[in-house]
Amino acid sequence: MAQHSIKARAKMSTGGVADIKILIMHPMDTGLIKNAKTGEVIPAHFIKQLTVTLNGKTVLDADLGIAISKNPFFDFRVKGAKAGDALAIHWSDNLGDSDTLQTTIS
Amino acid sequence: MNISRRTFFSKAGGMVAMLGLLSATRNAFADWNASAFGAKTVPAVLKDLGNLTLVDSPDILLMAPDIAEDGSVVPVEVTSSIPNTQRIDIIAEQNPNPLAASFRFSNGALPFIGTKIKMGKTANVRAIVIADGKAWTAAKMIKVTAGGCGG
Repeated sequence: MAQHSIKARAKMSTGGVADIKILIMHPMDTGLIKNAKTGEVIPAHFIKQLTVTLNGKTVLDADLGIAISKNPFFDFRVKGAKAGDALAIHWSDNLGDSDTLQTTIS
Repeated sequence: MNISRRTFFSKAGGMVAMLGLLSATRNAFADWNASAFGAKTVPAVLKDLGNLTLVDSPDILLMAPDIAEDGSVVPVEVTSSIPNTQRIDIIAEQNPNPLAASFRFSNGALPFIGTKIKMGKTANVRAIVIADGKAWTAAKMIKVTAGGCGG
């Protein structure tokens, strides 16, 4: 299981809206590229699903494909959030790997 | 008697919790639309997303560079001001698999997403907004000077 792969910055901005930025360390290999030295295809290895919950309720539920860049970045906003709210970020990939980060909104 | 009852209930409870966890995991994976993500053309993607008929909308703001010098990292931001936006999909029309991502918003999440995508060559990037069962769209041409799929 992947560990410490997720970085997040979740801050209150104006109007009770939280801005949540997520960065995940992941190769996002497409399965379409050959290794330049060996000529062998690098197998697909990419995040398929990302879910974010705020105080246990799902706010973002994403299905991802191979076109998301290496070390995926996401930015989104939640209205009605407040400082101290619990945020949980979870991803899972096509090889069964996954990681979760629990943090709070500041 | 008491002890065995307690043992029985604690084990049963554990099993129920485990079943719940298993079914949650399975549901999460069942959601991923393998045929849509594996589709090789935009019409095939739209068919696999549920026979979507797209209508152009001025209420979708698609922010992306005019020219991407590095096709492996193209920043894209989509904001929808269409009421009841439930989902935003992002498509890179000339990619080997055009569907890049599908984002569902709930419980107060605003219809806005920023991410970074790979583009093989110059193409339209298209946002699809699902709201009240209708599919709206906006697109922007991005010129790619160095492709992102060739490594």
